Amino acid sequence: MKARSREDLSSGRAAAAVGSAALAELAHDHAPIEAGAVAGVEPEARSQWQLFWRRFLRHRLAVVAGGTLILLYLAALFAHQIAPYTLNPNLGDPKVLLQARHGPSLHHWFGTDELGRDQFTRVLFAGRISLVVGLSVALVSTTFGTIVGGLAGYVGGLADNFLMRVTDLVLVVPALAILSIAGKASHGSVVTIVLILSVLFWMPIARVVRGVFLSLKEKEFVEAARASGASGFRIMLRHMLPNSIGPITVNATLVVGLAIIAESTLSFLGFGIQPPTVTWGNMLAQSEGSVGTPTAYLIYFPGLAILITVLAVNYLGDGLRDAFDPQSTR
Amino acid sequence: MADEDLPISPTRPRPPSGRGDLILTVEDLHVSFPAEQGVVKAVDGVSFEVCENEVLGVVGESGSGKTVTALAMLGLLPRTAKLSGSVRFRDQELLNLEEKELRLVRGAEIAMVFQDALAALNPVYKVGSQIGEAIKVHHPEIHRHELRERVVGLLDLVGIPNPADRADQYPHEYSGGMRQRAMIAMAICNDPDVLIADEPTTALDVTIQAQVLEVMERIQDRTSSAIILITHDLGVVAGLADRVLVMYAGRPAELGDVETIFYRSEHPYTLGLLASLPRLDQDEPDVRLHRIKGQPPSLVFVPPGCPFHPRCDFARLPEPCATQIPELRSLDDPSHVAACHFSEEVREKKPEDLRPVVGS
Repeated sequence: MKARSREDLSSGRAAAAVGSAALAELAHDHAPIEAGAVAGVEPEARSQWQLFWRRFLRHRLAVVAGGTLILLYLAALFAHQIAPYTLNPNLGDPKVLLQARHGPSLHHWFGTDELGRDQFTRVLFAGRISLVVGLSVALVSTTFGTIVGGLAGYVGGLADNFLMRVTDLVLVVPALAILSIAGKASHGSVVTIVLILSVLFWMPIARVVRGVFLSLKEKEFVEAARASGASGFRIMLRHMLPNSIGPITVNATLVVGLAIIAESTLSFLGFGIQPPTVTWGNMLAQSEGSVGTPTAYLIYFPGLAILITVLAVNYLGDGLRDAFDPQSTR
Repeated sequence: MADEDLPISPTRPRPPSGRGDLILTVEDLHVSFPAEQGVVKAVDGVSFEVCENEVLGVVGESGSGKTVTALAMLGLLPRTAKLSGSVRFRDQELLNLEEKELRLVRGAEIAMVFQDALAALNPVYKVGSQIGEAIKVHHPEIHRHELRERVVGLLDLVGIPNPADRADQYPHEYSGGMRQRAMIAMAICNDPDVLIADEPTTALDVTIQAQVLEVMERIQDRTSSAIILITHDLGVVAGLADRVLVMYAGRPAELGDVETIFYRSEHPYTLGLLASLPRLDQDEPDVRLHRIKGQPPSLVFVPPGCPFHPRCDFARLPEPCATQIPELRSLDDPSHVAACHFSEEVREKKPEDLRPVVGS
């Protein structure tokens, strides 16, 4: 109740500010052309980005999700500093072995595995790979999808038909089968996994960007740009791309989540990134046998990490979508 | 940078005759689009010339082919459009020019002001950077500071207060009149020889209209460029144009000096348009405004003979109006042509004669 009334108050203030801005503008329009000294009188007009931020910050869950993601990435970045134990202790050391299969405790927050390795440390380091894979796949597939979709939407005609049919073709390929074959053939290095996943995730982005470009192409400002002699490439890059940044960003965030899940699935099935490189996926794979045994906790923490990351990414995408939408009244 | 690179060249004296060198010649321009019901003849045989320093008003109802004519000159029509005829800019034929060469003409030699300034300005760029962008298209080597200076100068020229601050605002922060002025600034930023203004005042209220027209007048004084002013507002034409082309159903109905068109119209359509305008200087409470009966024809099924005959008060049916297409012809003044079989008769009438008297 209290929160809502505060929001009402602030939106009322915003309305008042808008009103006075409009008034000032009116006065401005009728001011003599020479008037140069009234600049300071005008209330600070809100830029597009300020409006964007206001809308984004109002989406509480998205802000929390964004914060969580930043924390996760920071934790991964500073894994060496944060981790209480080393990632690969000397496994022959009886001291380490004595610690094996200890449940979560103050010494080992997430417990230890059957070799006595600290699970918390391993989840931290695994996060490095998983998060980087998610982000890189999003970057690579978004770039590629945007190029394909942008060309299809702007050029249209035969090129559009060809590019979109290729997109459809890639979409009907059974992803998991391709992933497992390619993953096996590439011996599970991080770079190849990123590339393989990108090949499987660029299609939705291409479709979205094509749609946006198709509608932007009919906008008068594009015609105006053409009328002022801008080339097709320039129009695409400077006029249409900045106008589609909203849908592209939202889709890119969603791909981060999808890629993390896909990488985990792949690693879980044993086709993904191979030990000794740890990822959340292959941690799950290694402890699958522990379900129903006293060491079941081994499966909880990497699973939880995936769950939290993907949820956060999705809520962040949701918030960005709302914030980019100028019609949004939230 | 040398003086010639200034956005607006210093005032050139207008030739005393009012007509400078010939810049743009449109000859027998035809534009048609395939449609479901048949072929839409959007422009059907339009010819006109534009000289330096001249303002040509193009008038007509919606769908009479004004905008299509303008877009055809710049090669901006969709690929489905079929074009024939000739558009010559100085000594260069524009109609069969490659896209690449056309780009050099667009914006630099012939520029366009669009009707809906909010739609024609890119919402994600500040107005200043957008104008700068239009300059950079043709002057990629320009230095950042000089560009900024030029943009602010242009905004100042079109009468935007605090141009330096306003340049850093987005189109949605501008009022309607300021947006249109920013549009004009963008159109003139490369000092074009021909400025095509497609209904620049239609979306604006009357006071703002006056301001925008005043800006256009000032620009013309400064740049001596030719302006093609597309509008359906006869008042705007009367105030700004030197010559007028009246279009009907994609065809030229009448072409002549603005005075001639307004006071000695030779085409019934022009006469009808003038008779439908309220006059503030002639207070005749008993006289109603004239109304041209009927609707403009579909451009797929243009009436045979004179396209205007179903709506014409002077038409003799069926011969010759419904059977023969009237050619453009002049009576005594060679610069004044009209496409009517009975120009002599129409010339004798004043717009007032068409107005019905109340109670009669």
